[in-house]
Amino acid sequence: MAPATAWLLAMLVLPLVVVVVFSFGERAAAGGYSAAFTFENFANLGTRWAAFQNTLMLAPAGTILCLLIAYPLAYYLAIKADARWRTLLLILVIVPFWTSILIRSYAWIYLLGGQGIPKLLSTFGLGNPRLINTPFAVLTGIVYGYLPLMVFPIYVSLERLDKRLLEASADLGSPPWRSFLQVTLPLSMPGVATGCMLVFILLMGEFLIPAMLGGGKVFFVGNALVDLFLQSRNWPFGAAVAVALVVVMLVTVTLYMRLTRRWAGARDEVALM
Amino acid sequence: MRTYAIAVYLFLYIPIGVIAIFSFNAGRHAAQFQGFSTQWYGKALSNPFVMEALQTSATVATVSAALATVAGTLAALALQGVTGRPRIIFDALIYVAVMVPGIVIGISTLIALVTLFDFLNPVLSALWPLAGAAPKLNLGTGTLIAAHGLFAMALVVIIVRARVSGMDRSLIEASADLGATPWGTFRQVTLPQIAPAILAGFLLSFTFSFDDFIIAFFVAGSETTLPIYVFSSIRRGVTPEINAIGTMVLAASLVVLIAAQAILQRGRRRET
Repeated sequence: MAPATAWLLAMLVLPLVVVVVFSFGERAAAGGYSAAFTFENFANLGTRWAAFQNTLMLAPAGTILCLLIAYPLAYYLAIKADARWRTLLLILVIVPFWTSILIRSYAWIYLLGGQGIPKLLSTFGLGNPRLINTPFAVLTGIVYGYLPLMVFPIYVSLERLDKRLLEASADLGSPPWRSFLQVTLPLSMPGVATGCMLVFILLMGEFLIPAMLGGGKVFFVGNALVDLFLQSRNWPFGAAVAVALVVVMLVTVTLYMRLTRRWAGARDEVALM
Repeated sequence: MRTYAIAVYLFLYIPIGVIAIFSFNAGRHAAQFQGFSTQWYGKALSNPFVMEALQTSATVATVSAALATVAGTLAALALQGVTGRPRIIFDALIYVAVMVPGIVIGISTLIALVTLFDFLNPVLSALWPLAGAAPKLNLGTGTLIAAHGLFAMALVVIIVRARVSGMDRSLIEASADLGATPWGTFRQVTLPQIAPAILAGFLLSFTFSFDDFIIAFFVAGSETTLPIYVFSSIRRGVTPEINAIGTMVLAASLVVLIAAQAILQRGRRRET
């Protein structure tokens, strides 16, 4: 355990402490950091408000879209699909998540760009809408990238569901939609809560999808951070933005967990694959 | 219901398929298929920048996954006997490592290491006992391995720990009662039970490191990994060469992942 602890301390705890310390510092003349204790960086956070606003709109929107698309699929896989194919079908959903998100987002540059879907639509006389570099493109990329992460926990909670409960509900005369609303849906809530939390957390720190599909028009806090650290080299202000991002994340996730606490077990079920 | 599922699978796989198809396009044109050709694969594989980036990525992924697997497995095994506050702190750190956005890990590692190196390099050159200039600490392969390995190790701890806690403890006791040494018990009882999880952890760590862009973007220094190369090429425009590289990367990760999944599934089945 000692090597693991040393690794965590050197590469996780130390850097996070440095970020917090730097966020109270000043920008050195040539860029980088000069020691100081000031709240100025935090006072200036308003200048990056647009990035926070986009993130706080598109991250929840992307999470909800993922949920709406993932739930029926998870339901199909756990309850309707042929048991022989179930494992294979599930693997087919999970595998894309572990392949390069860079290349999967690149595919959408291809599909949404001028030569892709817009051209296809215009040959059918459906106009020639601009799709790339819009919030629509970013949301498409988000759903494409994170759908697997939402399907898996919902699948797990639906699969564990005691099917006899559904039979009992039917025997007692409830129509299928009512069994779904009163039995299946409530019992799958731990999976829904886990999936939403995982997707939301990852979306809050997203950089790549807006950078590739948002074309500088739709940008997240992550894009602001890259700009501050690698272009303008304003480390203290960048550190303050990073601290603010983590604080916003912690606050929303804590509130969310408070709200979902009654769906017991949701917290500990961090499914990674 | 079934139609819906098919639609979602199409949504998941059509974009990948499009890239794969156009990587065999004879022409440069992005949207018109002008005949079958493997020329872009040849171009990609003979491009020295691509090959160098590939080599860096493969080295970093192999070394970081190997170190992470060893450290993570040892930690997961040691955790069995750890309770109370140390356990809570360790678990919390593992969760922080997984949950903090990659971009925050990237920037914090960048500024911490640059600051540390700026401080250490003068000290090192002042204390250097041999002739010639002292080696300079820089961002590069080493820092990539350390940063990727951190996340990968957390992953290995989570995967292996799940397996360890599902392990049948009575077998270990039986082995000890029958006179096996602790090492013998570990090698003949514990290791076979957790081996699938260790291997799956290694493969997932490798894939993570090989595909990671955002952490590498910050801590790679002057090195270029394959995702960094691809990202900067895309900025310059869509080319069939990128399609070929992308198809190869996707194919390679598919093979690794299916292997990891198969290993994990078999492990689970044996358990029941």
